[in-house]
Amino acid sequence: MPGSLSASKDAIPVTLSVNGTQHDLRIDPRTTLLDCLREHLHLTGSKKGCDHGQCGACTVHINGRRQLSCLSFAALHEGEEITTIEGLGHPENMHPMQAAFVTCDAYQCGYCTSGQIMSAVALLKEPCGPEDAEVQEFMSGNICRCGAYQNIVAAIQSVRKGAKAQKLE
Amino acid sequence: MKTFQLIRPKDSAQAITATAKTKTAQQGAEIRFIAGGTTLIDLMKLRVEQPQNLVDLNRLPLDKIEATSDGGLTIGALVRNSELAHHPLVRKNYAVLSEAILSGATVQIRNMATTAGNLLQRTRCMYFRDPAMPCNKREQGSGCGAINGANRGLAILGTSEHCIATNPSDMNVAMAALEATIHVRGPKGERSIPIADFHVLPGNTPQRETVLEPGDLITHVTLPPPAPGTRSLYLKLRDRASYEFALASAAVIVTVADGKVTRARVALGGIGTKPWRSPEAEKELTGQSATEAVFRKAAEAALRDAKPQSQNGFKVELAKRCLIHALKLVIQSA
Repeated sequence: MPGSLSASKDAIPVTLSVNGTQHDLRIDPRTTLLDCLREHLHLTGSKKGCDHGQCGACTVHINGRRQLSCLSFAALHEGEEITTIEGLGHPENMHPMQAAFVTCDAYQCGYCTSGQIMSAVALLKEPCGPEDAEVQEFMSGNICRCGAYQNIVAAIQSVRKGAKAQKLE
Repeated sequence: MKTFQLIRPKDSAQAITATAKTKTAQQGAEIRFIAGGTTLIDLMKLRVEQPQNLVDLNRLPLDKIEATSDGGLTIGALVRNSELAHHPLVRKNYAVLSEAILSGATVQIRNMATTAGNLLQRTRCMYFRDPAMPCNKREQGSGCGAINGANRGLAILGTSEHCIATNPSDMNVAMAALEATIHVRGPKGERSIPIADFHVLPGNTPQRETVLEPGDLITHVTLPPPAPGTRSLYLKLRDRASYEFALASAAVIVTVADGKVTRARVALGGIGTKPWRSPEAEKELTGQSATEAVFRKAAEAALRDAKPQSQNGFKVELAKRCLIHALKLVIQSA
């Protein structure tokens, strides 16, 4: 499949840095960052929900800021550092937010989870107030159709409280 | 999506030369600038926009926020919405702008969307966004599906018999109240456009939304210095608490002395075909006591010319109450 995708006569060279690794690619300029990650680099943790920027399942970090990979072309991101859920942690070595999602049971089907976690990790460095309502507002770009919202907020708050406790120690 | 060629200009001059060849800078442009992409890529996926060339602006040095010598602010075209909303000078001197931006979209989208892109944000009218439907804005002469159609979210001010599409931006409403100036560099040189003259009413040509011509590149936006003792606020009413477009919104900037309004700037959102500055409301407020009766008169004046459609008659009273409440809140904030 990747072969046929990159064989387009309109393909252009694009170099992307994803999770610390450089990739020299030839891709059609229409390739969204999301399709590039999933179909060319086989990083299938980022999910395609709506493909129109409405659900947040495709959320990744670009130069440390969370963005929607479905609403951008891969070719616009040369020279930037892209981080996906695969770059955050692994089952043997989870990011604290991934561990908190497990502990708090912050998912049901799991389809939105990688996007939720990418947003939640970014939120830790954003000017988000301490209340649950503020976390809900900052997370409004990530839709969960199973309705795991309460536990998602709980997971995020547990990581924030843990980080605060660590700072105080 | 239709295929396109990506052009990566080294500087603004190259970007302008590349884009000057397009026949129009409006709906259906064959050559388009791309920055955040949050509107354009969405519309390209829907085949509402089908440019043959995209000119990538993201590497151009148009991403600074700087204080001007007169106490105002210069905002680069590529400044992302998040950065603008959280900038200390914006929070301090232009609260209405920060609040308006943060009331729109989501963190992810605000991290991508740019200042100039938001000025050019396209309507959410479902007939515009669906090429199977008639829409004079998307396809001239095809008719308006929204008039007598699903028009609950659409405009009641500035409409024509050809188009009732709402300008969906929150940022633009604050920019209108702040009397922002939009700075453009084009094939014929540079010019400055007051925001009141930047967006145009649909009239007979709904495909035309701004005064921009082929090759015109927005380089930056300037804000005048805040009037001394001024207070500002953005209030947005919508169907859900977050990530939703306005049914009605109000940007208010007032100066009050001895219980009287000495200066007022008012703009409304969610109800107009362009960001809706209301000199009528400002006139009713200026020199008057800061009381609810005066606010009600201002709101009546702002909506006097409202022309409700089949499903959005509620917006007339909603917009009035939105403005009255915004004025009450901004006065209380003293």
